[in-house]
Amino acid sequence: MSIVRKASERIPAEARFRQIVPAGTYWIETIRQGQVLRIVDVEGNQAADTLFFSAEDPAERYSAVDTIREQGNVYLGYGSKLRSTSARVLAEIVADTVGRHDTLGGACAAESNTVRYALEKRTMHACRDSWLLAVAEHERLGLSKRDLAHNINFFMNVPVTPEGGLSFADGLSGPGQYVELRAAMDIIVLISNCPQLNNPCNAYNPTPLEVLIWDADVR
Amino acid sequence: MIYDTLIDGGKHWSLTLRAGTLLRLSDEEGGANVGMLFYNPLNPLERYNAPDTLKCQHTFKLTRGHCLYSDMGRIFCSIVEDTVGWHDTVCGNANRALVAARWGERSYQAARNDWTQNGHDAFLVEGGKYGLGRRDLAANVNWFSKVAITDDGTMRFDAANSQAGGRVDLRFEMDTLVLLHTCPHPMNPAADYPRKPVRIAIGRAEPVKGDDFCRTHCPENGRGFENTELYRAFGAAST
Repeated sequence: MSIVRKASERIPAEARFRQIVPAGTYWIETIRQGQVLRIVDVEGNQAADTLFFSAEDPAERYSAVDTIREQGNVYLGYGSKLRSTSARVLAEIVADTVGRHDTLGGACAAESNTVRYALEKRTMHACRDSWLLAVAEHERLGLSKRDLAHNINFFMNVPVTPEGGLSFADGLSGPGQYVELRAAMDIIVLISNCPQLNNPCNAYNPTPLEVLIWDADVR
Repeated sequence: MIYDTLIDGGKHWSLTLRAGTLLRLSDEEGGANVGMLFYNPLNPLERYNAPDTLKCQHTFKLTRGHCLYSDMGRIFCSIVEDTVGWHDTVCGNANRALVAARWGERSYQAARNDWTQNGHDAFLVEGGKYGLGRRDLAANVNWFSKVAITDDGTMRFDAANSQAGGRVDLRFEMDTLVLLHTCPHPMNPAADYPRKPVRIAIGRAEPVKGDDFCRTHCPENGRGFENTELYRAFGAAST
């Protein structure tokens, strides 16, 4: 998959929903089949740690391994179909001004920070804490830690080498870059706007994201 | 080794292993695949986390020196020996539809125990024995299987990765529930359903020394061992 940048013709003023998501917070919303979600990297190189669930049956969720295996490529971009644990399509990337997104690196946690950086980092805020708060505050969805799994890191660049190495490279994203997803079924989207303060990939400076939703009949 | 058994291809099994146990997997004929998942038996919400494992060791493949991490920053097991050199943890399992499309359906009624079991269903069955369901599944390890990545991200299955006699030794650093299957890797392009037997041996591991290869493989693993030792010392009872 060569890097493809595909802009959108959708007009923000026609969006039915528009919200800023500050760093270190979460956003959870149900997106109906055919609706389009845009996630904007407002200031550049910010990670949107994102999970998807079938709204009808949240035990069926985004599966990174099924998604990359079925497309035969480890990077996500324009045209990628995001597949579930049952290998069904949850959503498709229909616009992308960045060109490459990660789904290997997972989300930061207080516990993984102790391993990656220092044991004393155990009390720092992390994506998986935001997800846990999100599911606790939305108990009606029936989600819990069991459902918090392997995510997409929109706007992150995690190249794999032919020798089997993995690195966190400088992002391909920048201020105002975005990705758009069209829901192939009714889905729940859960985003942690990454609070990571230990990683140079966001210049140690977490910044806001913006989310917009267009209805199915709006181009 | 204290115990030794042969698992035919296309089967599944599970076992709980105490800290200090050595689990040896051997590829009897070459081209085997062993799907594996790991849980904390006292709290199965703590499970193997492939992204954390890869990220903290800056690796895409698994081999000697690497540790397999839980989502809680602890180490289920360390790869203390490996004659193969590359094991996959990003391709998941074949499911029933994939097996049917690639190798044709073979019902239990007709084929009996030579039916074409798939890794996804195998994990559901084994996990169910411990109260686990599909919400508890995660990206698994595929021992003996290699999928290399080209510069543009394309994934390529390497059918020659593991030869007959290939071996990997896992040393368990905490009590662990292990789910495993010997179903084909989901990217295996073989014309016929690959049914490759795997020998599984269990014994006691040598005590972990301060200069242990896995522990000193990277500073991150040193901290992973510290987290695990804290848990073993004051948390879970390790009998």
